[in-house]
Amino acid sequence: MNTDLMIALPEITLFALASLVLIVDAFSKDPLHVWTYRLTQLSLLLTFALVITSTPDIAFNSSFISDAMSSTLKAFICGITFVVFLYSYEYLKENKSIKGEYFVLGLFAVLGMMIMASAYSLLSLYLGLELLSLSLYTMVAMQRNFDSASEAAMKYFILGALASGMLLYGISMIYGLTGQLQLHDIAVAIKSGSINHSYLVFGMIFLIIGMAFKLGAAPFHMWLPDVYQGAPTSVTLFISTAPKLAAFAMMMRILVDGLLPLMADWQSILMILAVLSMAVGNVIAIAQTNIKRMLAYSTIAHVGFLFLGLIAGTATGFSGSMFYIISYALMTMGCFGMVILLGRNDFEAEMLGDFKGLSERSPWFAFIMLCLMFSMAGVPPFLGFWSKWFVLKELVASGFVELAAVAVFFSIIGAFYYLRIIKLMYFDKATTMTAVKSSKQMRMVLSVNGLLILFLGLAPNALMALCLSALAG
Amino acid sequence: MTLSNLPLLSMLIWTPILGGVWALIAGDRQEETVKFFSFGVAVLTFIFSVILYCEFDTTYAGMQFVEETRWISAFDIKYHLGVDGIALPLIMLTTFTTILVILAAWEVIYERISYYMCAFLILTGLMNAVFMALDAILFYVFWEAMLIPMFLIIGIWGGSNRVYATIKFFLYTFLGSVFMLVAFLYLASVAGSFNIEALHDVPLNLTAQKLIFVAFFLAFAVKIPMWPVHTWLPDAHVEAPTGGSVILAAVMLKMGGYGFLRFSLPITPDASLYFSDAMIALSLIAIVYIGFVALVQEDMKKLIAYSSISHMGFVTLGFFIPFSIFAATGSSSGAIMGMEGAMMQMISHGFISAAMFLCVGVMYDRIHSRMIKDYGGVVNSMPIFAAFMMLFVMANSGLPGTSGFVGEFLVILSSYQASFWIAFAAALTLILGAAYSLWMYKRVIFGDVIKTDISELKDINSREGFIFVLLAIVVLTFGIWPAPIFDIMHVTVEQLIEHVLQHKVIG
Repeated sequence: MNTDLMIALPEITLFALASLVLIVDAFSKDPLHVWTYRLTQLSLLLTFALVITSTPDIAFNSSFISDAMSSTLKAFICGITFVVFLYSYEYLKENKSIKGEYFVLGLFAVLGMMIMASAYSLLSLYLGLELLSLSLYTMVAMQRNFDSASEAAMKYFILGALASGMLLYGISMIYGLTGQLQLHDIAVAIKSGSINHSYLVFGMIFLIIGMAFKLGAAPFHMWLPDVYQGAPTSVTLFISTAPKLAAFAMMMRILVDGLLPLMADWQSILMILAVLSMAVGNVIAIAQTNIKRMLAYSTIAHVGFLFLGLIAGTATGFSGSMFYIISYALMTMGCFGMVILLGRNDFEAEMLGDFKGLSERSPWFAFIMLCLMFSMAGVPPFLGFWSKWFVLKELVASGFVELAAVAVFFSIIGAFYYLRIIKLMYFDKATTMTAVKSSKQMRMVLSVNGLLILFLGLAPNALMALCLSALAG
Repeated sequence: MTLSNLPLLSMLIWTPILGGVWALIAGDRQEETVKFFSFGVAVLTFIFSVILYCEFDTTYAGMQFVEETRWISAFDIKYHLGVDGIALPLIMLTTFTTILVILAAWEVIYERISYYMCAFLILTGLMNAVFMALDAILFYVFWEAMLIPMFLIIGIWGGSNRVYATIKFFLYTFLGSVFMLVAFLYLASVAGSFNIEALHDVPLNLTAQKLIFVAFFLAFAVKIPMWPVHTWLPDAHVEAPTGGSVILAAVMLKMGGYGFLRFSLPITPDASLYFSDAMIALSLIAIVYIGFVALVQEDMKKLIAYSSISHMGFVTLGFFIPFSIFAATGSSSGAIMGMEGAMMQMISHGFISAAMFLCVGVMYDRIHSRMIKDYGGVVNSMPIFAAFMMLFVMANSGLPGTSGFVGEFLVILSSYQASFWIAFAAALTLILGAAYSLWMYKRVIFGDVIKTDISELKDINSREGFIFVLLAIVVLTFGIWPAPIFDIMHVTVEQLIEHVLQHKVIG
């Protein structure tokens, strides 16, 4: 039992620290919640340190696993959340809407994500997912006086609950058929061949629908643009980054650890979802004038690309997807960081027009945004190119050349709306010459974020090797 | 340490790129410094390419000055560079053109001069790199990255409709290239390597070859550009600033031609044979039909753009005629002549189109119009300019004694070995080219002075004169004595033809 606790030490520590932050915040009279914020960041750093020193093992009657994939993803979840909180704190300070609960709920959401990354049975997976989801619903709704935020929260909650229901229904089907909840046992039971194949596929479809909802893959994407647009930018930033990593972990656990014998079936379902997502995301994004909404549709398109690595169905293909989702999180983080940077206390820079003439107002941040946009479009030498390259390469190596051709076709359509932002920044005249104001800290981290996209584009080897080794087993 | 020990190729790539980054950091406050610095970097890069030329072994067909280091070891992608007889002339063309472009911007670009210099210097480095890359993924990275500075050049310093033109340019070329990427990935999955020379030898069945050929075709035909995927070019040329048009016409179009030689022909020789008739047909349509289109243009830049497309028709004709010549004569000497003529046409068109766009640029800087109807009688106030333009217009129409003649003549001569009618259609360009070039010249330079501002025009200054003298020298030198260029490429082209005419189909 003792060793079990040791294996889950990062999670347990984070839980204890999150509770501590909750208590500290309850007694804090500081309107800026400085200590809440500092303690939160410290908790993340400590958890990060524990995660990277953890050793592979399995615990709690094989329902909790610590392996290379979980540690890598958990380390990135902590790291990305750290930067997200840094941006968020700037945003909340600027809008004078700091609430300690933002950080407490954020930490619990991170705990949920970590459990998802490490879950090795359907129940622990569901536990992590619900912890994450409930925290996110509340975070979206936190600014009660905004109609759009309340609407977004309501939509998110109802559709999220529906998705959870789908997932649970799928879990009950699989449990009923195999008699197992533990993922490895499920795989063994299916491989034995004694279970009716079509019943299994029936259950699996519900699992996939549930996951597609959570990731925002078309045609289960309807909640995503409204939530991205309606939620405060700090929350949108959070939702669009780290939880995607957790959702990827969930897909890997269910589809690869549990349902690998059904690969041919889930491949064809994912293919439909991938093509639909790329089409819907890229085409509708063109019509958007709100950058948060545009990034929401871009997310849908990216999820389609993410699926391509899974469809490849090989260990390196899964690594490709992992590389994709990590790069995506880094890029999106920078994009919303830019939105926060350009906003001021009474004004959210969420319309595309707010980027007009940015290269005159702030040449440096226009350059950072240029890197981010070209990266999102998948143009070398930026990180986004390599993430597309990686999944496409694995897809072609597995023989899905036609699908790869379809995918690159949609990425051309996608390039248009990213180019439009660059056009606004560089080719149009500024409507306002207000200087871009923000703290030194924010400027520095955002610059590092943008340059990292360029640096990883020039030297992607380390991150690729990391993703390859995380899924080599 | 001798010159041959230096990593010359890396120096040719990174000197201009780092120079560009410095120019950007220095910023617009030190305008003069930035200009002289950029000019210095451009000259230095050109000197490196001259050293490369001097050290180049013209008797060796394979890759020289090879540099190979690990880059992405997880997938065995290497930073692998080398030049052969096809790449070297194009690299020299690039470094030479960069000097012209930077000089041409001197008193013309007021806005964001450091950005401008930065974009052109980085573009030079990337273009050099495209001609050197021996790893397919490295090639693709440079090939795509090149779009970014060009996108900004047209978009920031372009004309009134620049946004439409630059987005069209970007998306069109992006569309072509992504399918090339899929083809590379497929080839690598068969060959197990991204090394371009290894890809040359990988056996493929005919269906795979055809599909790969089509994917490559999309990338290179858009770039070169061939009819009917040429429509981005007139828009991009018209809206681009003079320097952008020069680089676009002189170097970027050549990348399409280079791609055919480096990828399409050697990797998919059987598909090239299969599609060669179609390619010849498309080339002839470009030569003849686009020649007629050029005739009716009222915008000088558009006219030169269409003339470029028509001239590039000769390049693709020269690349795909060898199959027919070989089928008709059974000997490869005519095939070699055709391909060398096409190469010569690429180099020569680089000089001539640069000169033509610079001529229009000189007039545009003074009158701010590209329309032929706004001019007339320019010779009265700008006699020296008129003389230079005369030379370049003659070269553009392929007058013997200028470099424009050599390539066209060789291609026509070799296509005569394949079929009389192909040669006949191609030779129509001698009439059409002369017609649209000279007619434009007549309307712009001669005739009555229609407006007072034309009679008040100042003739070219010493800076512009220097650019034109440089161009006149190369146009005339290579027109009378093209041997140095043929010497460089001869063995490489010979080896390429030998490789292309062998079947490598399996199954």
